Amino acid sequence: MKSLRRYIDRIKPHFEKGGKFEKLQSTFEGFETFLFVPDRVTTSGSHIRDSIDMKRTMIVVVIALLPALLFGMYNSGYQHFLATGDTRPFWPVLGYGFMQVFPLIVVSYVTGLTIEFIFAQIRGHEINEGFLVSGMLIPLVMPVDVPLWMVAVSTAFAVIIGKEVFGGSGMNVLNPALTARAFLFFAYPAEMTGDQVWIAGMKQGTGIPDGYSGSTALGELAQNLTGRIPADLDSFLGFIPGSVGETSKLAILIGAFILIYTGVGSWKIILSVFAGGLFMGLVFNAFAANEYMALPAYKHFLLGGFAFGAVFMATDPVTASQTETGKWIYGILTGMLAILIRVLNPAYPEGMMLAILLMNVFAPLIDYYVVESNVKRRLKRLKRSRMVEEGKHNPE
Amino acid sequence: MKHLKLLTNPLNDENPITVQVLGICSVLAVTVQMKPAIVMAVSVIVVTALSNLIISLLRATIPPRIRIIIQLVVIAFLVILVDQILKAFLYDVSKKLSVFVGLIITNCILMGRLEAFAMNNRPWESFLDGIGNGAGYGIILIALSTIRELFGSGSLLGYQVIPEGLYKLGYVDNGMMILPPMALITVGIMIWVQRGYNKKLIEK
Repeated sequence: MKSLRRYIDRIKPHFEKGGKFEKLQSTFEGFETFLFVPDRVTTSGSHIRDSIDMKRTMIVVVIALLPALLFGMYNSGYQHFLATGDTRPFWPVLGYGFMQVFPLIVVSYVTGLTIEFIFAQIRGHEINEGFLVSGMLIPLVMPVDVPLWMVAVSTAFAVIIGKEVFGGSGMNVLNPALTARAFLFFAYPAEMTGDQVWIAGMKQGTGIPDGYSGSTALGELAQNLTGRIPADLDSFLGFIPGSVGETSKLAILIGAFILIYTGVGSWKIILSVFAGGLFMGLVFNAFAANEYMALPAYKHFLLGGFAFGAVFMATDPVTASQTETGKWIYGILTGMLAILIRVLNPAYPEGMMLAILLMNVFAPLIDYYVVESNVKRRLKRLKRSRMVEEGKHNPE
Repeated sequence: MKHLKLLTNPLNDENPITVQVLGICSVLAVTVQMKPAIVMAVSVIVVTALSNLIISLLRATIPPRIRIIIQLVVIAFLVILVDQILKAFLYDVSKKLSVFVGLIITNCILMGRLEAFAMNNRPWESFLDGIGNGAGYGIILIALSTIRELFGSGSLLGYQVIPEGLYKLGYVDNGMMILPPMALITVGIMIWVQRGYNKKLIEK
């Protein structure tokens, strides 16, 4: 560690103004602060000084994602061998899944970071840290089987149009990972609509019997069939087909605890998304006009990407509401919309992605009105206290 | 020199779409394929040029209080003419363009040019201005439709361009290119690129 620090200090002058590699300053800076906590701190103003910086915050999220990622790898293999009918021991299954998922991660990071570096160099900014998390989230919301070039295209779209256009990390209106998924969803619908289950190796037809492919549980529900809803325990533990990271609710729960414990993710948002979803589910249960409406409300959390979205996507501090009251409103509406889209629109069996993106757009508006109403309330209080004061003085 | 400016200015510095952001509606609607886009571009050029010319000829006799309705009558007359010609000679394209030929009447570029230019300029200048603005609109239309048809359907002017072998390798046409939102995003990128090299357009 020491020698690394010394090496960085030695080459540093080359990258500063007037140095040999002046142009690559932001690249160098990015690597330096990635390896070591920066030595600069805020010197003026009334800022709270904390030893944690953006990169450290982001790493917490990546760590929280690890259980979902590891399980996603295992499950990719498990689903594949389940489909082929082979039974394999633990390690080969994990190995197969790893070989399926790892390329997704590499492509997502390489594409995204390349674009981030290019933009940082052009603008002379520091490199944005935001992509550390987005790059991990993107493979987790993709089907295992998606062609790698599609991952690259949608990542590029998300980073350029979803983020850099608005000025980079911290300025984006939409969650970049979900933008990537939405792009894939609309641009290559055959891959993504979710009416077919996603199992690794299915397209190449490697030993998977014909006819194994079928609708996903949510897709079936949209057509009023209940045949394929997995058992609660299976969908809680995650032994169901789906996007890489979304299947295991247990792994997501572990991630949620890490986020809440470290204070990186807002528990208010997570809780209110589930509350909103539960409420909407119960409302539909009350009508129960078809199979999807009659689905017990709690089952919505166990199927599809609801839990994953609530914990990792809706809580994105940049695109969610910033005010504390706003967080409740934002979360409840997200949960309600997700179930609403799921149940009422058969074209979109999975509503979480669209619900979060829509609420991302509305988050600033929610914040605006929360702040406004706060200002109004305090003004009224001021007025009342003045009147009371005057009232005291008047009789004398 | 001054006359040349009337023709070339709307192509870049005062482009009706990327600088003034007018007529976006039809831009999103008719650019899925190149052929309708080209026909649309030509129609708009004809209508802007002739309506500018006619209004400029009449400008001294138009009472200011009813000028808008007179401008509309002239535009509507020309649009109906164009629509009938398209129906007679290019029926399939005219069907694809459907209401959007008729909606040239409501295209803001037309009213904008009539109000801003033809009402106070001589016929020849107005005619050139009309052609220039129509062409400025047309250029963007054609560029956009090229991008959208190439990536959205893998063809240009209806001819397959992307080789069959690429599809066999797993290439898939981008379905989003066919949808209007991507057209809007692509126009946005065009504006971005244009402002990247044309320093005159950057606001302080």
